[in-house]
Amino acid sequence: MPVDTDSQQPHDVSPSTHSSDEVFQLKDLEVHYGKFRAVRDVNMVLRKHEITAFIGPSGCGKTTVLRCLNRMNDVIDSAKVGGQVLYHGVDLYGSSVSATEVRRRIGMVFQRPNPFPKSIYENVAFGPKVNGVRSKSELDGIVEESLKSAALWDEVKTRLKSSALGMSGGQQQRLCIARAIAVQPEVILMDEPCSALDPVATARIEDLMQGIKDRYTIVIVTHNMQQAGRVSDRTGFFTTEVNPDSDRRTGMLVEFDRTPVIFSSPRDKRTEAYVTGRFG
Amino acid sequence: MSLTVDLHGKRSWRMMKSHFMVGLMFLAFLVILVPLVAVIGTVVAKGAGIVFRDFPDWFTKSIPIRSRAKGPGMGPAIVGTVVITAAASLLAIPLGILGAVYLHEYGQQSKPARVIRFLANVMTGVPSIVMGLFIYVVFTLRFGLSGLGGALALACLMLPVVIRSTEEMLRLVPGHLREASYALGTRKGRTILTVVLPAALPGVVSGCLLAIARAAGETAPLLFTIGIVNSTNWNVFSGPNTSLSYQIFRNATDPRAGAQERGWGAAFTLVAITFLFTVLARVITARYQRRRG
Amino acid sequence: MTATLPGSPPQHPDDLAHQLEGSGDVADRSFRSLAYVAGGLVLVVLGLITWTMASRSSDALSHMGLDFFTTKRWSPPNRVYGILSFIWGTVYTSVIALTLAVPISLGIALYITQVAPLWLKRSMIYIIDLLAVVPSVVFGLWGVLVLSRHITGFYGWLSSTFDGWPVLGTIFGSNPQGRSFFTAGLILSVMITPIVVSLAREVIETTPQTEKEAALALGATRWEMIRGAIIPHSKGGLVGAVMLGLGRAMGETIAVALVIGSATGQITLNALAPGNSMPAVITAEWGEADTLKKSALIAMAMTLFVMTIVVNMIATTVVNRSMKKSRGGA
Repeated sequence: MPVDTDSQQPHDVSPSTHSSDEVFQLKDLEVHYGKFRAVRDVNMVLRKHEITAFIGPSGCGKTTVLRCLNRMNDVIDSAKVGGQVLYHGVDLYGSSVSATEVRRRIGMVFQRPNPFPKSIYENVAFGPKVNGVRSKSELDGIVEESLKSAALWDEVKTRLKSSALGMSGGQQQRLCIARAIAVQPEVILMDEPCSALDPVATARIEDLMQGIKDRYTIVIVTHNMQQAGRVSDRTGFFTTEVNPDSDRRTGMLVEFDRTPVIFSSPRDKRTEAYVTGRFG
Repeated sequence: MSLTVDLHGKRSWRMMKSHFMVGLMFLAFLVILVPLVAVIGTVVAKGAGIVFRDFPDWFTKSIPIRSRAKGPGMGPAIVGTVVITAAASLLAIPLGILGAVYLHEYGQQSKPARVIRFLANVMTGVPSIVMGLFIYVVFTLRFGLSGLGGALALACLMLPVVIRSTEEMLRLVPGHLREASYALGTRKGRTILTVVLPAALPGVVSGCLLAIARAAGETAPLLFTIGIVNSTNWNVFSGPNTSLSYQIFRNATDPRAGAQERGWGAAFTLVAITFLFTVLARVITARYQRRRG
Repeated sequence: MTATLPGSPPQHPDDLAHQLEGSGDVADRSFRSLAYVAGGLVLVVLGLITWTMASRSSDALSHMGLDFFTTKRWSPPNRVYGILSFIWGTVYTSVIALTLAVPISLGIALYITQVAPLWLKRSMIYIIDLLAVVPSVVFGLWGVLVLSRHITGFYGWLSSTFDGWPVLGTIFGSNPQGRSFFTAGLILSVMITPIVVSLAREVIETTPQTEKEAALALGATRWEMIRGAIIPHSKGGLVGAVMLGLGRAMGETIAVALVIGSATGQITLNALAPGNSMPAVITAEWGEADTLKKSALIAMAMTLFVMTIVVNMIATTVVNRSMKKSRGGA
């Protein structure tokens, strides 16, 4: 069973305990799209102020699992989530939990930069406004603060009113990070945030992640192993298995551990094959 | 003996036939230009003079009660067209946009949404005279002739047009914008109002302007619902009213020269109004497309 | 600002669970209900039209029975209402309009989609759309005061040229009038052209690029590509587009009322003779109608409504099916 084998805290995954630095506990998580099981048996613990990376070949369910963490799968009608996603001990898929409340606390940055067709300022101020911040000065403060956190302030402070669509791809993605930060989430989920960016822009985003790590818990999906190695504290390796009854593939978590362990001394053969580049 | 390859088109029978058919297609376009130019040309030639000869009386004076009298004006009909069309737009545009929001954002491919989408398509083909009689039966019989009756009939005609054009525009809003908004903890309704509709706005506005242009030119729905007056009635809610289209219709069947002159003047005014809205819609669409690259 | 936003420090699970339940759904739910109501309005209006028109036409229908549809004698003073000649007028003018408009519209649609360079394509679309916003009453005004007066010479020539020919001799018959079925059909054809063109364009553009390229790669000329790839692919949708044009032509009121000649009881193939159509009669005779006649006119509107709805439903189904098929196949 692929569980956290961190030697310092070996008892974390037992359901009865809940230590304060555990943000998420995933228990036997599985996701179906209609009749098709996309991913199965995911068990892991994500910790506060750490960067956790999900890696694996395409179709392995890493993005699907990520989208369970803020209930973005709700947007897809056919998606059904089984097992438990505990957030500070509260089941996110509990009957009384509101997806919008979840997403206010758990922000997300998407694969392609997706700024709104509004001004830079309005993009960042959107979340706070929706959440009831009315005062202009307060909004100004949040916008400046968020853009500074996203290392974008100096580049855009003179043109806050111009359209976000006029920025470069890397700037747009940092704007999306600023936009996520502006609602003061506890967690930021990043779904292959650099896959549409050039190496320079990618490096800036990676630096930015290191810079905000002490304030946010970050989960990043990446198909770039080097990136996972550079930025993350822990890494989960996912892979696919062929269903015997159909030729569709179901994703599964193979191994989850501290990043250096995954990359230097993985326990599972499949992980080793993947990180050494022999597979995937 | 030369082996050069000849890639020049041959004057073969096949090519000539193709050119001939393409020529016929272009000819079809030229043919349809004839009535367009003839109608617009006549309206401008006969109407513009009437309108500007008596400027500004044409726009302000009441309609002569004796139809053989020559001279202005068309004030009451201009006011009537403006207030009736405005009232119809105020009814049909918000409801039509909301209906499109239902179809594209909530109903999607569900059974009720598919039925409504189909019926909205069918409803665009309901003859305008049927809408007029319908409003006559359900409204005018009870509340009497008024601008509002005409506005209701026009609104019924506009509703499916606005729904269709708006849904078309909502379809163009990329899904990732909705996701971005949801990921910030925004509810669906709020997302639609603050992200989806603003992104679709230029297209929606241009569709609505076209619907307004069409509605402003409608006559049949007004025949049974607004009555007729010769003096200005700003009040949509009570009392008979009149419109440019109605005045054109009445004067077209009047053999007296004065009446026919006013008919051409009214036609010029109406065409100017509808074209203005159409051109505005085009400009907005063109700007929008340029901005999107 | 932390007061209004969910702050970072995690709370006790029970507090958090409570907070995650969310609140203030009211605005969201009422917006959704509003959208549902607006969508349902389409059903309500169509339902109300059917119901009110049916109940209001019952007087005339029970008075006349089936004769209402099958006889051509329309004599309000004698309380006799037979609408057959008006149905004929509606159908005949629409058929004339289609005969003239279909080849023109398809030609324009093919030229716009397959031949015209981008700049010409845009201006052609603008011009055709301009035609669509010219109010019907303006066409009518032009038709009655200009066209019907100047076209009599041409009609006289048609009539004498084809005199004695089979079919054409009947259609372009004797005693031609400026205000006639043909004038109405002519004006209708101009009015429905923009609708047919824009739908035909949409349908034609669903032809996959690959099929067109396949034809061209075989050395087909432009026309052969159109005949071989585009027409077979979009046939169904084009039929639907034409039928929607038919629906519009049947319901068109004011322009027809002004130029059809208002002759009651005319059921003739002579297109140059004056006649009448259902919407034109309703328009012309509503003013002085008593209760029974109003009921008869509403029954006529009901007939027109049913005819156009049926045509539109078939057309919409045909177009939807053809579009779905080509999208699915693409």
